[in-house]
This record gives sequence, structure tokens and C-alpha cells, in this order.
Amino acid sequence: MSVGKKIYGLYNDDAILIEGAKVVVAKGIKVSDTYSPFPIHGIERIIGIKWTRIAICAFMYGITGLALAILGMYYMMIVDWPMYIGGKPNNYFLQNMPSFVPIMFEFTVLCAAHGMALTYFLRNWTLPGVSAKNPHPRTTDDHFAMEIDPSENTSMSVEEIQNLLKETGTVEVFEK
Amino acid sequence: MHKESEIRYPLIIGDKTYHQITEDVCAPVEGRANKLWYVCFTIAVVVALWGLGCIMYTIGRGIGVWGLNTTVMWAWDITNFVWWVGIGHAGTLISAVLLLFRQKWRMAINRSAEAMTIFAVMMAALFPGIHMGRIWMAYWVLPLPNQYGSLWVNFNSPLLWDVFAISTYFSVSLVFWYIGLIPDFATIRDRATRIIPKSIYSILAFGWSGKAKQWIRFEEVSLVLAGLATPLVFSVHSIVSMDFATSVVPGWHTTIFPPYFVAGAIFSGFAMVQTLLIIVRKVVSLESYITRKHIESMNIVIVITGSMVGIAYLTELFIAWYSGVEFEQYAFLNRATGPYWWAYAMMMTCNVLTPLIYFVEKVRKSIVISFIISIFVNIGMWFERFVIIVTSLHRDHIPSNWTMFHPTFVDIGIFIGTIGIFFVLFLLYARTFPVLALNELKSILKSSGDNYKKQQH
Repeated sequence: MSVGKKIYGLYNDDAILIEGAKVVVAKGIKVSDTYSPFPIHGIERIIGIKWTRIAICAFMYGITGLALAILGMYYMMIVDWPMYIGGKPNNYFLQNMPSFVPIMFEFTVLCAAHGMALTYFLRNWTLPGVSAKNPHPRTTDDHFAMEIDPSENTSMSVEEIQNLLKETGTVEVFEK
Repeated sequence: MHKESEIRYPLIIGDKTYHQITEDVCAPVEGRANKLWYVCFTIAVVVALWGLGCIMYTIGRGIGVWGLNTTVMWAWDITNFVWWVGIGHAGTLISAVLLLFRQKWRMAINRSAEAMTIFAVMMAALFPGIHMGRIWMAYWVLPLPNQYGSLWVNFNSPLLWDVFAISTYFSVSLVFWYIGLIPDFATIRDRATRIIPKSIYSILAFGWSGKAKQWIRFEEVSLVLAGLATPLVFSVHSIVSMDFATSVVPGWHTTIFPPYFVAGAIFSGFAMVQTLLIIVRKVVSLESYITRKHIESMNIVIVITGSMVGIAYLTELFIAWYSGVEFEQYAFLNRATGPYWWAYAMMMTCNVLTPLIYFVEKVRKSIVISFIISIFVNIGMWFERFVIIVTSLHRDHIPSNWTMFHPTFVDIGIFIGTIGIFFVLFLLYARTFPVLALNELKSILKSSGDNYKKQQH
């Protein structure tokens, strides 16, 4: 086997993959990733992937949006060009604030949603023109793949890992 | 794996496997369109072109070509705007609110409902744009530094709140929709055999691989976006209603407007989803996924929101009487018995009375009746906006100004034209996009699929 190749076990059911992953992990093998056509709930705990912190990002983007909206409206409506419109007094910010609430809210959502979406695309590295990494075309249809990197698992030889995978009910085991 | 109670209806009918779901949903994208699609598409294109012609005529000659006059200075344009925005509320409601409530039946309809939302909001945004008269100045609605010593937009005005609300709603809905589409585009990409479709779907799929960490982020992002989009849905139509409610025109100046408009928006949005999906499930053979149960659930939402709208109509009448304000009282008396009584009667019949037959279970489950009622609701909700806008304006405080509104061929052309453009977009979508959320459907197959449920019990 050449350097840098990874071993893949292909399954035709998510339940078999979950059981397989438990067996493999119990043998001390590190599963580097799984590929599936839909989210497999609970797999992250089995193969040891940390939960995402993207929701915290969204909160921070939202706070930024709120601050920008408040600052912007304060500068434009109170400082730079004050106008007394529709019986809505504008001597100071708080007096005029009730009519700023809708845009404060909208701008918070705008920044939180788009900031999070952008972070999501960058962290996932899913962008236009990026080539897909899934090892088998059917992992986006009805098959599920488990990825093992032999360089991370020196305790077992490649053949041993392959045999172990075959025992867990794979449809196919291949290197790529 | 979650087990589900036996008494819950299966959401996926028939002996489906993961692969069969992929086959069924990808079939319309990979196959050739049938004759019916081409017939519908041709009609839609012709109507759309007529509408575009009328829009160009308006831009060329100015909005004097519409039937507006100094008394009725807002009519079909704003009616159409509110109608389309209202329709645009169902999509995000289905995908966001129903996601937060963990309603699994949303999964078969959310993709198409969101597509409908996006196209409807595009049609809505057209109307304020062309009503400006000089559409090339449309960027003036944004707070941009300018040569007038930075004369800013007016943040006290609900019309400006609307600019922010609609653009936020549109862009967030678009992102929400597209993030859900990426894994499904990847499925089509990996199945494609011809070089051109494969490269197009490769670009659209953004290199999605379906890694464990990607799916974790996917679910988290969907949940947070749903949490953000839920108050957004309610805020957008509240703000649209404030375009009217913050004025001092009798018939508009009421505090009930925001909740009443939101209920009306959900009502009309679900009716349009119903109209479109009853056709779609038949044309692209997805009856196993969009079942009678789905149609019934949507009908329940329609009858509830329709009743809320009905209560709002009656509350308005009561408050007009109870307030003792004679201008307010006249505005409502004139609505019901004045020269536009027929529009008021149309609104009451279509929105309040007809949906009530959904209290009968048999009717609620009938596909033909659901389709007919959904059309009634679409018409009724258009008339609701017409009644609110035109009847409140046409008899103002000075009787010498009293007049009627007569639409010109341009008014009619633009309205019908937007329906054409909407259907052009929707028909193109139905041929090129996965119309059901593949990845979400697969994740509920084992808990809500017909065959799996039978094995469990």
C-alpha cells in the first residue's frame, strides 16, 4: 500500500455502521471520519468528534449586528441630520428608540444568519468550485462509509484493519 | 433509532428504501419533461412576457399609466405587494417553526414551500420598485452617504422598516433554502452521468462530502437559522401591516393589524403551498411522500388561521363601533355596504366561510376539495388587501374628493404577469431542483416509513 492512502469500509445501513464503529473503536482503532447521505445521530460520540460551536458564532454576529444598527441609527438620526418626523421626538437616542426597534431586530437577524452561514461554508470548506471528498458516489445515496487512516493506527497492520472492518458487516472494503 | 407510536400515520407510504427515495426524487431532474410541463411552461412564459411588457411600459411612461388618482394613490400595486409577501410567509414558517416544533411532516413539503417563498418575495419586491417611478433610483432606500451632505433615509418610517424587513427575510430565506439544498445537489451530482449536468451540479453542491462533522454543523445551522427565522416571519408581516397601521387613515389606524396580518399571511401562504403541491405531487408522481395526511395537516393550519382572520374582521367591526369615532365607523360601514360591498362580500365568503367546511374530516382529506378551497383562499386574500387599501382611501375626509378606482390594462397586466413570472420560476425549479428534501426524508424513513412501521408493530 502506498503512503497517504486511507481505508474505507462501505455499509448499506446506518445501524450497521454505528455497530461497526463501536466494534472498531473498542479495538483501539481511531475512526477519522464517516460519510453518509443524511446525519447519523450519535456517531460523533462514538468516533469522538467534538460538537460544533457555530451557534456561539451566530450569537456573536447577532450582537455585532445589534451594535452596528444602534450606532448607525444614532449617528444618522440623532447626531448627523436630526429631523422631527411624525411626532417622534429625537432630542436624544432613547426618546427616538421605539421607532428604531424594528430595524435593530432585523439587522441583528441579518448579521447573525449571514455571519453564521458564511462561517458554516468556510469551516465545512463547501464553496463553489471545491471538489467533493466522499470516497464512493453512493455515500450520497444509500451507502455509508467509515474512514480509517493507517498512519494514525500503527498498532494494527493494514490487513488486520481491513479484516476487522469486514467482520463488522461491510458491503465492501477498499483503499483510496 | 426513534420508535414511533402505531397510531401515528406513516409519512412515507409504500415499500421505500433509501435508494428508492433517491430514485423517486431525482427522476424529474434526470428524466425528460412531459407534454403537460411544456404546455404549462409555454403559457407561463407568454403571461410573464406580457407582464414584463406592462412593467416596461410603466417604467417608460411613468405610473400615470396605472388607474391611480389623487384620492386612491395606493391600489393594486400595494395590494399585490402585500398579497405576494403574505404568500411568501408559508415557506419559512413550514421550515422554521415546524422544525422547532419537531413536526416531521414538514420534510416532504418544506423544500417546495421555501422555493415558493423566495419566488413570491421576489414578485412582491417588484411592486415597490416600480411604484417608485424611477426604478434606477431604487438604491436611495438604503442609508448611503450622498452628495446632499449625507441626507439619510428616515428611520422613523415604517416604509423603511419594510425595506430592511423584506430584504432580511428574502436573503435569510434564500440562505436557509440553499444550505438545505447542498447535500441534495451532491446526491444528484454523484448520480449524474453526462458531463454537463455533472459539472453544473458539482458547482451547485459546493463540494459537499457528507462528513460526520459537516452533518453536525448542518443540523446546528438549520436549528439556529430556524430559531432566527421564526421571529423574522412574524416581524416581517407585522412591519408590512405597520405601513398602514402607523398612518392616521380610518380603517388602517388599528392596533390589531400586526397579529391579524401575520395570521392572514400564514393563511394565504398555506393556501398557495396547497395549490402548488397538489399539482406537483401528481405531475412528478410523489404521492407516496406528499400524502393525504400532509394535505390534511395543511388544511388544519388553513382552518385555524382562517378563523383567526375571521375573528380579526369581526373585532375590527366591533372596535369601530365601540370606539365611538365616527370616521372609523363610517370607514367600516362603507366597506361592508358602500360601492365596494362586493369586494367585502368576496373577502368574507372566501376567507371566513369556505375554510370552515374543513371542520368536517372527510372534506379535509379530500384532495379535490382541498385544491378548490385553496384557490378560494388565494382569491379571498387578494380581496382582503384590496378592501383594506382601496375602500379606506376612496372616500376620505372631503366628500368632493370621493372617487372610485378603475384599474387600467397595465395594472391588470402587471398583476397577471407576476403570476406568470412566478410560475415560470416554479416550473423551472420543479425540473432542475430536488423538490423534496432528500436527506431529511431519509432520516425519518425508519421512524415514519410505512414498511418500517409495519415491521415494528
